[in-house]
Parts: sequence; C-alpha cells; structure tokens
Amino acid sequence: PAPQVHSLQELRRSASLATKVFVQRDYSEGTTCQFQTKFPAELESRIERQLFEETVKTLNGFYAEAEKIGGSSYLEGCLACATAYFIFLCMETHYEKVLKKISKYIQEQNEKIYAPRGLLLTDPLERGMRVIEISIYEDRCSSGSSSSGSSSSSGGGGGGGAGGR
Amino acid sequence: MTPGGGSGPMKDCEYSQISTHSSSSPMESPHKKKKSAPKRKWEVFPGRNKFFCNGRIMMARQTGVFYLTLVLILVTSGLFFAFDCPYLSEKITPAIPAIGGILFFFVMGTLLRTSFSDPGVLPRATPDEAADLERQIGNTEDIANGSSSGGYRPPPRTKEVIINGQTVKLKYCFTCKIFRPPRASHCSLCDNCVERFDHHCPWVGNCVGKRNYRFFYMFILSLSFLTVFIFAFVITHVILRLKRTGIIRNLVHGKVCMHQFGSQQTGFLNALKDSPASVLEAVVCFFSVWSIVGLSGFHTYLISSNQTTNEDIKGSWSNKRGKENYNPYSYGNIFTNCCAALCGPLSPSLIDRRGFIQPDTPQLAGPSNGITMYGATQSQSNMCDQDQCIQSTKFVLQAAATPLLQSEPSITSEELPLPGKTTISGPCATLTLGQPTPPSSMPNLTSDTGLTDMIPLKEEHEGHQFLTPEEAPSPPGMLPSGSPITHSHTMHVLSLASQDSLHEDSVRGLVKLSSV
Repeated sequence: PAPQVHSLQELRRSASLATKVFVQRDYSEGTTCQFQTKFPAELESRIERQLFEETVKTLNGFYAEAEKIGGSSYLEGCLACATAYFIFLCMETHYEKVLKKISKYIQEQNEKIYAPRGLLLTDPLERGMRVIEISIYEDRCSSGSSSSGSSSSSGGGGGGGAGGR
Repeated sequence: MTPGGGSGPMKDCEYSQISTHSSSSPMESPHKKKKSAPKRKWEVFPGRNKFFCNGRIMMARQTGVFYLTLVLILVTSGLFFAFDCPYLSEKITPAIPAIGGILFFFVMGTLLRTSFSDPGVLPRATPDEAADLERQIGNTEDIANGSSSGGYRPPPRTKEVIINGQTVKLKYCFTCKIFRPPRASHCSLCDNCVERFDHHCPWVGNCVGKRNYRFFYMFILSLSFLTVFIFAFVITHVILRLKRTGIIRNLVHGKVCMHQFGSQQTGFLNALKDSPASVLEAVVCFFSVWSIVGLSGFHTYLISSNQTTNEDIKGSWSNKRGKENYNPYSYGNIFTNCCAALCGPLSPSLIDRRGFIQPDTPQLAGPSNGITMYGATQSQSNMCDQDQCIQSTKFVLQAAATPLLQSEPSITSEELPLPGKTTISGPCATLTLGQPTPPSSMPNLTSDTGLTDMIPLKEEHEGHQFLTPEEAPSPPGMLPSGSPITHSHTMHVLSLASQDSLHEDSVRGLVKLSSV
C-alpha cells in the first residue's frame, strides 16, 4: 500500500484542488443508502460516463448488501439481543465488515481510475453518508505526471519532482 | 453503542465543525488550532452533548433524570434482591432470584446502551458541501424567481422526493446545513440532526433514533417484565408473611370480629415490619407499571407499523390526511416490520467521536476564517488525505468565502429559521411532557416528582408548544403539491411554498423570539 499511497501523494502535491462535485443521495427507495447515478456535468471532460456510473452502481450494491435484511442479519440481531447487546463489544457487525470492503474498493478505484484523471473520491462515510465527494484537481505540471497511476514511486516521483517537493 | 468497535475496525470519520462556528465566531476558532496535543473529535463536537470516557460515551446535556432512572431501578431491584428474594427462594423456588437477576441484567444492559450510544447523529455539512448546496439553492431560486438572491438570505428550503410512490418533503436544516434525509429530525435539546428521529427521552438522557431505537425498545420491554415481576413477587412475599401470622386464615374463616380487628391490624403491621422494603418496592412498581407497560405497548404498535413517535404524533401517515396517504417505509406486514426494526443491521456511528483531529499545518493553510480541520483519515491512505486537507483548505478559503459571507447574516439571525426545525422537535418535547397516551418513559414515582422533572423542560419549550399546532395543520409535505416532482438528479427546490412558508416562518420567528 505504501507505494500506491505515495503516488497519490505526489499527485496531490503537483496539483491544486479546483473544485468538488457532490453526488447526492437517492431517496427514491426509502432511507436505504443509495447514491444518484446521474453523471455530474463537471466531470464531463474528466472521466468516461460509464466508469463513473459503474463506480456508483458498485457502491450502491455494497450499501444494499450492508443494509440487507435477511437471514444472516436476523441471526446477528437475535444473537445480539439475547446477549443484551454486549456482544457488540467484541464482535464486528456485518455492516462494519461491508464498510471495510467499501473503503478498499474506493481506494482501489482512486488509484486505478480516478487519480490518473486528476480526481479523488472521498468515502461517503466521512461525509455522514450524505454525498460522494469527488475532488477535481487541476494539474499544474505536465499531463504526464497526472497519468502516473502506476504504483511505482519512481514514476510518480518524476512528476512530483517537477511539482517541487 | 460501538465504543471499542466503533473506532477500531471502523475507519475514522472526518468531521468538521466549521460551518457553524466559523461564521458565527471567527475569533474563537484560532485557539482551537493552536493546541499542541492532538484533540479528539468529540472535544470539538458542535452539538449539545456530553461525552465521557474519552468519547466512548455520548449523552444529552441534561442527565439529571437519567440518574433518577438509574437510582429507581437500582434501588428497587436492590431491595428486591436483598429483602424479598431470600424469603422467596426459600419458600418457593430459587429460580425467582435467578430470573430476576437475568431481567435486571437485561434492563441495565439495554438502558446503558440506549443512554450511552450515538442515536444516529448526522454530522454537520462540511463547508464545501454547504457552499455547494447554497449555490444550488441559489441557482434554483434565481431561476424560479427570476431575480438575484444575492444579499438577502433565502427562505427555508424543501426538496421533494418520491419514496415508494409517496411524496415526502425533505427539509433543509439551517443549523446543520444539510437537507435532512427522510425521517430525520433536528433535536433542539441536543442541537443535532438525528436519523430516524423518534423522540428525545430525558429518562435515558439521550435522543432515541435509528441506532439506539432497538435498545430503547428492549429496555422498556424488559423493564415492563421486571416491574411486573418484582411487583408480583413482592405481593406474594407480603401475602406469604401475612399467611404465617394467621391473619388470612382468620379472615378467610370469618373469625375476625370488630374487637379483634385491632389485634389483627397490629399483626398485619408486624408482618410488614419484617419486610419494610416490600412496601416501598410495591409502591414504586405499582406506579411504574402503568406508564412502562403502556409505553411498551405504544412502541410495539409503532414498530409493527414502522413509524416513529415523531411521525405518529404529527399524523404523517394517517388516513386522515387523505385516502392515498400511506406509510412508504412499512414493509407491509407486521412481522417484517418488527424484524427490520429490531433485528435489522446496525449502522455505524457517523460522527467519529474518538478520531483525532488532523493537526493543521499553519504555514500551508494560511490565515483561516475559522477553518480548522478538513482532513480525512482513511486507514490506508493517511498521507494522501493530509495533503488533500491542505489543498482543500486553500480551496475552501477561496471558493467558500463568498457564499459563507452571504450566509453569515443567516447564522446570526438564526432565530428566524429556528422555529422551522424546532417545531419538529416540539412534538418530541411535548411527548416527554406527557402526552395523552403513556408518557415518554419511566416510573412517575409520585406525580409531584414527575411534574417537577418535566416543568423545566416545559418552560424551555413552551414557545414551541404553541408552534406545534401551527405546524400540524400546514404540513407542506403530505399533500401532493402541484406536479409530483419525480426525484430527478438536479435538485428541484419548491419555491412555490416559499411565499407561504416565508410568512409562516417569520411569524414563527417572531413567536420564537418573543418566547425566548
């Protein structure tokens, strides 16, 4: 993970934040956590519509899985109730497990798809599950540095060096 | 409650209190930054909450009644186990203290969990979000009104969504600077927006919302059983003792004459003297049973129809509002509703209480207009986001300055929009003040203590009380207004209601100001 982090870090140093786009929640299904798949206008030039939609749809799928009411969640709920909820002190809930998966997924998406295009996804959990915040960065350096999505630090180092470490 | 589990496996949530503090008090923010020791986020939490155990425990500000609840339960149960159980376990069965013990354990566990956990507080909007929303609201307002909205504060905002075919109005919260999700409400006592807000319960010293509703329900349910259990066995105990003195036998055989009555009475009192605690327990339990059992029944009804106390009081989904009015959140059958409420997945706390505020690097951030932290700590990408923090701080300084300045007067004149949100918590407050159906919780030991506990709340909220009836007849949400606006992906903000609601809100504002 360290080299990958490093490349994103280099990107941040070489770019400046231009604007942020907020993908809002989609409440048409109720209070379950779903995000709108509408493609924001500001991203028109930065990323393909299909990639973005796929990201959001996958996230929606994760959240639906976390909040799914079914056999296993009932089991967990009943067990927790039977122990007067003391079991939550030692056990990680299903929701938390899925959130970890989501965080990994977002990290991965950032590295593979978004950072090379000068974008950064923020985990909705850090925004109160209200929005998916997409930060749009303007490159100060040449476009070569922004495409250094590779995990090797040397590739990012070239761009970072130019950006002035 | 996710004390250890909340911060351990969970990623840290970024939280920023900038949106309110910065605009209202730019002077005091710098000193939040200059602390050298890293502060945890709960220390700068903007809501009116109290935190204990370094952020693991979260409660409302007024906790006096909670201690009363604790004392009542502990003392009554303690007396039961000390005075009645030895006799009963000997005479009847030792299962009695065992079952009593289990019930007591359950009651205490659920009570503490209800009181100490995060009810589902929604963190306030970050400055970027707030600015983005303001911009979008402003744009829509311009389009709708055909005039520039620069200079004056826009009227309260609503957004309509269609959930399962039912039109629901989402309100904009001026304190938290967000559009409240459906079923969320702003609690004026805690000054937080809470998801699936049920009510603010002074007896547990916390709001009851999405994350602790099941704990609350299990608490009142188990407390009902415990109260009935104790009451039943205390009575049994007293009767058994009386039996031993032969009073009952005499009464049964009709051997009590008037002149013997005196001696019978002293015998009765002697019997009671052997277990004085029983009297106290019986009294407490007797008065508690009605309210607790009634409350349990009420909440069982709410759960089975998947409503919140808030919605029930406002009659959001009642048939009286219209034939086509129904509850869009209900799953259709009682069993599923109950399972979903009680055994559904437990969402995590959105306010990261124990996370550390990312220390700002002053030389990069530059002079602030109150912005302290804007970092996000992901467990895997700490460094990356620290830089984002710095960058985004710069951006916020530049981009957010104008909208925030515009909204500054709105913060100082926050009194005006306040009624819009306090009326929502008004019903909750009135609930705790004693509604026609059982009161919010807990034993009213004597009606005196009950009233004195409630009176301080009453005075605080009397301004809200008569706002509530205003709120009820003019519920913007439930009547299908104009064209049902499908939930498109651009925000459709209804400004048509703005004229009426502006008038209403200014009236409310005046009322609120006069009541304070």
